[in-house]
Amino acid sequence: MGKEGKKGISRRSFIKGAGVAALTLGFFGPRGRESLAAEPIKIGQITPTTGFLAPTGWWANHGALLAVEEANAAGGVLGRKIELIMEDEVNPGVAVQKARKLIEKDKVHAIQGTVSSACALAIGDVVQRAKVVFVNTGSNSDEIRNNRCHRYVFSTEGCNTQYVSTIGNWLIKNKKFNRWYFITSDYAFGHDLLRVSRNLLQKNNGMELGSELVPTGSTDFSSYLLKIKNAKPDTVFHNLAGTDQTNFYKQYKEFGLPFPVAGGVCDTAPAWQAGVGNVLGMFPLVWYHTINKESAAWAEKFLKLYGKLPENQAWCDYVGAKCILGAIAKTGSLEGAKIGQALVGFKIDCLKGRELYFREWDNQLMQPMYIVRGKTREESSDKETDIFEVVEEIPRKNEPLTAIAIPDSENVCKKEPW
Amino acid sequence: MTLMNFIYYFINGIVMGSLYVLMAIGLSVIFGMIGIINFAHGAVYALGAYAMVLVTQQVGYWPSFVVSPILVGLLGMIIEASFLRRIYVGDPLRGLLFTFGLAMVLEQLIRIIWGPSGFPYLMPGYFAGTAKSMVSLGIEFSRYRIFIFICAVGVIFGLWWFIEKTPYGMIIRAGSRDPEMVRILGISLKPIMTMVFGLGAALAGFAGVLAAPLAGVQPSMGDNVGNIAFVVVVIGGLGSFWGAVLSGLLVGEVENLSILIWPPIAQSAMYILMAVILLIRPRGLFGEKWERFE
Repeated sequence: MGKEGKKGISRRSFIKGAGVAALTLGFFGPRGRESLAAEPIKIGQITPTTGFLAPTGWWANHGALLAVEEANAAGGVLGRKIELIMEDEVNPGVAVQKARKLIEKDKVHAIQGTVSSACALAIGDVVQRAKVVFVNTGSNSDEIRNNRCHRYVFSTEGCNTQYVSTIGNWLIKNKKFNRWYFITSDYAFGHDLLRVSRNLLQKNNGMELGSELVPTGSTDFSSYLLKIKNAKPDTVFHNLAGTDQTNFYKQYKEFGLPFPVAGGVCDTAPAWQAGVGNVLGMFPLVWYHTINKESAAWAEKFLKLYGKLPENQAWCDYVGAKCILGAIAKTGSLEGAKIGQALVGFKIDCLKGRELYFREWDNQLMQPMYIVRGKTREESSDKETDIFEVVEEIPRKNEPLTAIAIPDSENVCKKEPW
Repeated sequence: MTLMNFIYYFINGIVMGSLYVLMAIGLSVIFGMIGIINFAHGAVYALGAYAMVLVTQQVGYWPSFVVSPILVGLLGMIIEASFLRRIYVGDPLRGLLFTFGLAMVLEQLIRIIWGPSGFPYLMPGYFAGTAKSMVSLGIEFSRYRIFIFICAVGVIFGLWWFIEKTPYGMIIRAGSRDPEMVRILGISLKPIMTMVFGLGAALAGFAGVLAAPLAGVQPSMGDNVGNIAFVVVVIGGLGSFWGAVLSGLLVGEVENLSILIWPPIAQSAMYILMAVILLIRPRGLFGEKWERFE
C-alpha cells in the first residue's frame, strides 16, 4: 500500500484542503451566491432565419425582443433581468439539436418560437422529456394541440381550425362560395390545413373541384394555375406557407385568373413581399396593425425601434414572451412544471381588446381572428405596407372565443403527467 | 384530358423549360470553358433579381433590365479575378468547395445588406394578364411568359453566335480544349477566363432578372434554382451548350406533363429523368469525351 492507503488526513493535505476551501469561499462563495440571485431568466427563441419560412423569422425575433426589452425596462421579473437566446431553425433535425442545446447548455427556463409545424412537433417531444415549457408562436398544425399534444407545449399562434373556421364559415355564409379548389404546401402544416378545410367544406355541403399538393419552395405555379383555370371554381383556397404564398400570389396575378382567392392561413410578410395589388382576396389573420388603436400604437413603437412595421408573427412572439414572463411572475418560480401550471388558464389582454386565455385541454390561446381583404393599388395609402383592410373580427365581441377553436368533441389529446 | 389541355401544358412546358435553360446555360458555359461546377449559381441568380429591384427603383424597368445582368457579370469577374483564378491548378475539388462556400457567403451577404424579408416587385402593367394574340388562337397565355420565351431564344442564339462565330468565341473554345497550345500561340487565357466567368454570372443574373416579377425576391430564392440548373446541365451533358438547351426544355416538359398526368411525381420527375438518362448514357445527352475529364 502506498500513500493512498493511509487512513486519516495528513497535516499537509489538511492545510492544502483548508486553504483551497478558504480561497473558494472567500473569493467565490458570496460572489457565487450574489451572481445566482442576479442570474438572468433565460428564454430560448427558435425561429427560421433561412429557407422558405425565413420571411416571417425576422418579425418573430423582434416581437420577442420587444417583449423582453419592455420587461427589462420595467425592472425585470422576480428581480432578475431577462435574456433572450436566439437560434435558427431550418428543419426538424436542426430544431431538435437547437432545442437540446438551449436546454442542456444554455439552461433556458422556457423556449418559444418555430414557424414550421414539423419543427414544432419535433421540439415538443424534446421539451416534454426535459420538462421545459415551450410556447409555439408560429406553427399552425392542429396536431400540435390535439393528437400529438404535450403537457409542456402551449400555442399563441392560431391553430389551423381557428384560421379555417374563421375564413371558411365567412366565405360560405357571406359570399355563398362553396365550389373550392385547394392548393396546398406538401408538408405537415399544409396537409393538416387541407384536412381541416376539407372537413369544413363537407360540413357545409360544398364541392371540392380539385386539390393540388405543391412541393415547398416551388418557383413555378403555372401548371397548377392552368388546372385551376380549367376547373372554374368559385374560390381558390390556398393552404400555402412562407415564400410559396408570395410566389403563388404573384403568379396568380400574372395569369389574371378571375376567381377569388382565399387563404387557409395568411401571413402579412409574404403578402408584403408579393406587393400591394398582387394580393387580392379574403384571408384570415391572427393580428394586423390596424385592428384597433392599441395595436396601431404598438406598431408605431415597433416601427420606431426596429425600422419596420410589425406583422402577425411579431405579435405571436410578443404575446408568447409576455405569457411566459407573466406565468413566471405569477408562480414566482423558474421550475418548468410551475411555469407550465401557471400558464394553464393564464389570462392576458394583448392588443386585441379582449381577455385571451390558454384553454386547458389543448393549451391553445383562445383569441379572435380577423378577416382581411387584400387592397388594390388604388386603395392602398402607401402602396407598400397598407395591404389589407380589416373586414371583421371573428368570433364577434358577444360570442365566446371557443366558437372558432377545435371543438371539444374532437379532443383526442392525452397529456402526460407534469 | 382533352387535346387542347395537352397543348396548353405542352406550350407551358416549353416556356417553363426556356426559363430553366436560362437558369442552366450560365452554369454550362462556366463548366464547359473553365471546368468549374459553380455551386454559387443560385446565389448569383438571386443577386440578379435583387439588382433588378434596386436598379429599377433608380432608373426604371428597361434600363434596369439591361444594366442588372451587366452588374452581376462584373461582380462575377471580380470574384474570378480575386479568388477563383488562384485555384484552377490542382484538385478540381477546390473549385467545387470554393463555390459551395461562396454560395453561402453570398446568400448571407444579401441577408445582411438587404434584410431577411425580401422586396416586393411588380412587373410593368403591360406585361400583366394574358396575351390577346394567343386568345384568338384559342389559347390564353400569360404575356410575361411569352416575353420570357422570346428572351430565352434571343439569349440562346446570341450566345451560340458569340461562341461559334466570333474570334473571342474561338479562343474560348480552343482554351477549353487545349489551354497549353493557346498559350504557346501567344494568347493569354487569364482575361478570357475572367470574361467567361463574368458571362456565366451575367446569364445567371439575367435569369434572376426575368424571375423577379414571378417569384418572391428574397435571400434564399436561388436555392431551388441551383438544383434545377445542375440537373439540367447533367442531363444535357456537362459543358455541352446544346445539351443544356435541349435538356432544359425536356425538364420543363417532363415536369409540366407530370403535373397534368400524375401530380405526386412532379417533384421528383426531373430527378427520375436524370437517373434514367445517366443510366443509359452516363455522359448525359450531348456530353462528349474530353481528355481532360477522363
